[in-house]
Order: sequence, then structure tokens, then C-alpha cells
Amino acid sequence: MEIVLVGLNHRTAPVEVRERVSFTADQARRASEELRSKGILEETLVLSTCNRSEVYGVPPETSRECAPGLSTFLSEFHSVRMDVLGTSLYHHYDGEAVRHLFRVAAGLDSMMLGEAEILGQVREAYRVAHEQGATGPVLNRLFQSALEVGKRVRAETELGARPMSVASAGVKLAERIFGKLHDRSALVLGAGTISEQVIAQLRDRGIARLFVMNRSKERADGLAKQYRGEVLPWGEWEKALPVPDVIVTSVSAEEPVLRREAVERAMDRRSNRAMFLMDLGLPRNVDGTVGKLYNVYVYNIDDLTEIVAQNRQARENEIPKADSIVEQQVGKFLSWQAGVELVGLVNELRTKMREERDQFIRARVASIQHLTEADRTLVEKLMDEILESLLLGPAQRLRGEKDLRRKVQSVEALRDLFLLNREKS
Amino acid sequence: MHYALFISTVVAYALSLALYLIFLNTGKALTGRLGTLLLAAGLVMHYFVLLERSEGAHTVPYHDLYGAMSLFGWLLGLTYLGLELYHRQRSVGALVLPFILVFFVAAHLAPADKLSPPDAHGPTFAFHVALNILAYAAFTLSCVLSLTFLIEERFLRNHRMGDVVWRLPPLELLERMSRSSVLIGLACITVGTAFGFLWVYRLSSKYSFYDPKYAVTLLVLILYAVYFRLARTTAWRGARASKLCVFNFLIVFLSFTVVNLYLSANHRFF
Repeated sequence: MEIVLVGLNHRTAPVEVRERVSFTADQARRASEELRSKGILEETLVLSTCNRSEVYGVPPETSRECAPGLSTFLSEFHSVRMDVLGTSLYHHYDGEAVRHLFRVAAGLDSMMLGEAEILGQVREAYRVAHEQGATGPVLNRLFQSALEVGKRVRAETELGARPMSVASAGVKLAERIFGKLHDRSALVLGAGTISEQVIAQLRDRGIARLFVMNRSKERADGLAKQYRGEVLPWGEWEKALPVPDVIVTSVSAEEPVLRREAVERAMDRRSNRAMFLMDLGLPRNVDGTVGKLYNVYVYNIDDLTEIVAQNRQARENEIPKADSIVEQQVGKFLSWQAGVELVGLVNELRTKMREERDQFIRARVASIQHLTEADRTLVEKLMDEILESLLLGPAQRLRGEKDLRRKVQSVEALRDLFLLNREKS
Repeated sequence: MHYALFISTVVAYALSLALYLIFLNTGKALTGRLGTLLLAAGLVMHYFVLLERSEGAHTVPYHDLYGAMSLFGWLLGLTYLGLELYHRQRSVGALVLPFILVFFVAAHLAPADKLSPPDAHGPTFAFHVALNILAYAAFTLSCVLSLTFLIEERFLRNHRMGDVVWRLPPLELLERMSRSSVLIGLACITVGTAFGFLWVYRLSSKYSFYDPKYAVTLLVLILYAVYFRLARTTAWRGARASKLCVFNFLIVFLSFTVVNLYLSANHRFF
């Protein structure tokens, strides 16, 4: 009942290698089936995202024996030579594998610390493997615990709470002023990559109306179509400015595009309702004095970058808290695992002792001539009672005492001690 | 019984304040919910403290400084809880709870009233007092909300995004909450004052207008009505309206303290 993990991620492999070893949903299913049919693993789960490809499994033998076979399988499955994969792959066993997965689910192992998407990806990978019947009691428990860790870390720490990109920081700031954006409108000037990022964030946050204005109408049409927006003709400030609550500018221009007078007139026409301007242009697209107008909030690219830097620091400060949650859950999982294994071990020990008892009776008691059949049955019964009373105490303590389960470092060592592995083989 | 109830109420309010502070700092939803629950528990116990105090009087315990302060704290808590549930926003709890706690504890520390109880009984008078104190509580709440607005607005304008700013309610929600609170205050002070006139008429068969309290109350009514109008429609919405709301509260504070204690012959602590 050991756990093995073989994989690579953004820390160990460049994108050229990661993209060759990534799994589509179909490939993940096929890999799971092959791993089980070839007898490499009894339970399997493939977790593949843009930053990692990992195979979790429960091997029939010990995890360390199984790892080389698993690496070879990955190499053959993706037709990538082992010398390419060799330095990128990592292997984790048992407690380390559990800890790694819990850190992944918590967002601690992500490229963007605390990102939320990874928890959904872990959930999806588990759902696929579970539906396929590739998981068993160990991986079921492991991945359910991982999802719990992810939820706890997000609920109990600030790891994923603050925006980490300029676009999301800007949209979150707009929410500081207006609250939910469901009944708000936004105007985006420019149709470049950063504008698109902001538009995606605004749509994610449920903005009610979206206007796009760009010098090239073609590009504006494309963006508007993709994000269900409306295109406004470039330069019609009098018509465009009074309506939106959020204005995003990312235009390449030598001079400011939005001048104080135009914004002032717009504010008059909107009865001074608050306006949030996100100036992402360089040189700046919004006149520097616009921020002094009443109820107008202007944030430029430097302001937003500074907020992102503060947020990154704030997230890093949460790492110890998140790690402590991970460790708690690792302890809980290992205790459960040890409990299951130890109870199994006690059962195996009982079977072995009964066999020894039978041999003993055959060899020693059978030769005592004066014993009647009733006496022999009585001796067998008494020996059974002694065996049960010897095993009952430890079995009960293993079920009831978590600390005791944690103290037992290696169930394999106990198996060796009682010669159970030798018997098994 | 009285002492145990008093201590339990203080503990409930103090724990609620601690939980609201943790919620403001960390944003943990469960802590916020527990803060609300403890505030509700504190208000229930506070009610029984008031009831115990007014035992025998069969009315609101407004005859002394204790009653006025304690009732004010209770109504402040009740108004806040109503607004919190209505607007689904509990970030301001940490700023309101200190007032409730201080008024509740200070009421117990207030010296015994040496003046004889006024010749004032009956439901009309009780409504007059209770509604006016509720109005003062609502105005206090709107002042706290407006101050929070001004602080947050200043931070946002100066691009100083500390930890707490991400936790405070959005500016527009603070404005709405403040307006809701003022609306409650306006309705209560109008009806409460009408009950007062009715009670005076029943007592003396004439309407009396010779108390400075009337002028101040009328001024408060006008100022808040002006705020309510300006905050919604004109160039005043935002920080200007919030500043006006804070200024209005200064007049309310004068009405509740200086005017009651030194200028009015008919009003003591309400």
C-alpha cells in the first residue's frame, strides 16, 4: 500500500520538455489503463497541466522498485528519450509523495504562488481517474484529502486572496469602488494583449456592458465579438466617456488620449458618479491632472505593478501558514494509511500464527497418545484463545490510538520482523 | 443574576469585536459569521439587562443616564445588525462594536441619578424616547460608515493599498449603508418627535415650542434630509456627502449631550 509519484514540472523541466510529456484527457486514460494492465501500478492517476505532468500510483511491490519502470513507461509512452527526461523527472515515495500532492493542491508548488486553477485541475484529474476505475482506496483517500487541503488553505490563509497580475489588480480595484460589477459598464481603449487580458477579467467578474474603442476597427471588432462587447468609433469622446464606470486605456500614443477637459465634461454629464480609470499605456494615456478631479480614481501601470508586488509579498508571507496546514493533513493521511496497513498486518499475523498452531499440533500434540479427541479439541481451543488474547490488545490500540500509528515508522520493518514478506513471496 | 448577565453580555460583545477584527484582518468568512452570532447573542442578553433594570417601571429604562446610554448602545447594535444582514456586509462590525461595548460598560459605571424621575409614563412617551434614541443610534452608525468611507477613499486616492483596504466594503456600498442608516434615523426622529408633541399635548392640552431641544431637533432633521438628498443626486455624492454626514453628527452629538444636559428643561438623557 505504498505510494509512488513520478513527474516533472516548471521547476525541473523547460517548456520544450514539458510540452512533450503532457497528457491530453484521452492520453491520461490510456496511460492509466496501460500502467495497470502491465502490472506497473495497481491504482493510477495522471495529473497533467501546463506546468506539470505527474503520475501518482500504488505499486504492487515497493514504491522504490516500481519507480524506474514508471520512468521508462513515461519515456516510451511519449516517445521521449530517457536521457532527455532523466534530469527533469522527480520521484517521490509515500510521505514525500503525499506532501508533494498536498502542496500542489494548495497552490504552493505553482508557478504563480497560490493560483486557484490548480485545485480545479486536481479535482478534474481525480474525477476522470475515478470514473475510469483507475483509483482505489488509497488514491481515493489521497486525492480527497488533497482537495480538502486546497480548500482549507484558500479558506484559512490569504495565499490566493490578492490579485497577482496587473489586469486582475485593476479589476479588483474597480470592485473596491463599485462593489460587484454586474450592473456596471466598461470602456476599453486599445485592443492589444493587455487590453484583452483586462477584458477577460472584466467579463469574468460579470461586467454588464463592455465597449471597445480602437484605431483599427478590425481588431476592435474581433475583440468585441469574442467577449460580447460593442465597438465605438475611435475619438468620439463626448459620446463614449459619460457612460462607462470603468475606463481602461492601453493605446500607443505620444500625447495623452484622455484630457482633463474631456473627463471633466463626462463627469458633469454622469452627475459625478465615480469613475475608475486604468491607464496601462506607456507613455501614459490619461492626462496627469485627471486624477485630481472629484470622484475620479486613476491608476497607471506603475501603481498597479506596485500593488502586484505588494500582493506577491503578502502571499509569500502566508506560506508558513499554508505549509502548516499541509503538514497537519499529511500527518492525518499517514496516520490513516498506517492504521489500514497495521490492521492488515495484524490480520496476516493472526493467519500466520494459526498456521503455526496447526503445525505445532500436528507435530507435537498428535504424538501424545493418551489424549482423547475431546482433549485435543480443548487444547486447540485454548491455543486459539491465547492467540486471540495476544492479538486483541494491539489490534484495538492500533484502531483507537492515532499517536501510536504515527510512531510506527515502517510497517515493512514489522513485516520483516515477523517474516510476513517472506511468507508472502 | 444581574452581575452574571452583565459579565456575559460584556464577554459576548468583546468576543464579537475580536472576531470582527480578525475577520477584517484575515477575511475568514467563518470568523465573521461567528462575530455576527456573538453580537446577536450579546444583544439578546443586553435586552434582558435592560429588562431587569426597568423591572417595576414597566417601560423603557430612560429615566437616568444609565438607561439612556445602555438603550442607546443596544439600539446601535440592533440597527447595525439589521444593516449588516440587509447589505450582507460585516466588515464595518469591527468599527461599530467598540461604541456598543463602551456605551454598555459606561452605562454601568455612570453615577446614580440623584434627580427624581420625571412625571412621564405611558406608551406614547415610551415610543417618543425609544424612537429618538434609535434615531441617534442610526445617525451614529451613519457617521461611522461615512468616516470609514472617507478613510478608504483617501487610501484609494493616494494609492495606498494596505491589508485592511482590501477587506473594507466597496465605497459605493458604504455610501448606500450610510444612506440606509440615515433613512432609519430620519424616519425615527420624525415619528418620535411627533409622539413627543402628542404626549405634551395630552399632558397640558397645548403644544409647547419653548424648548431649545425642538430647534436643535428640527435642525438635525433638516441637515440629514439635505444630506439624504445631496448624497443621491448631485455633485455632492461621494466624499463631500460623507463629510456632511460627519458634520451632521456633530450637531446630533451636541443635541444628545450639551442641549439635553444644560439647555433643555424637559429633556434629560434622550
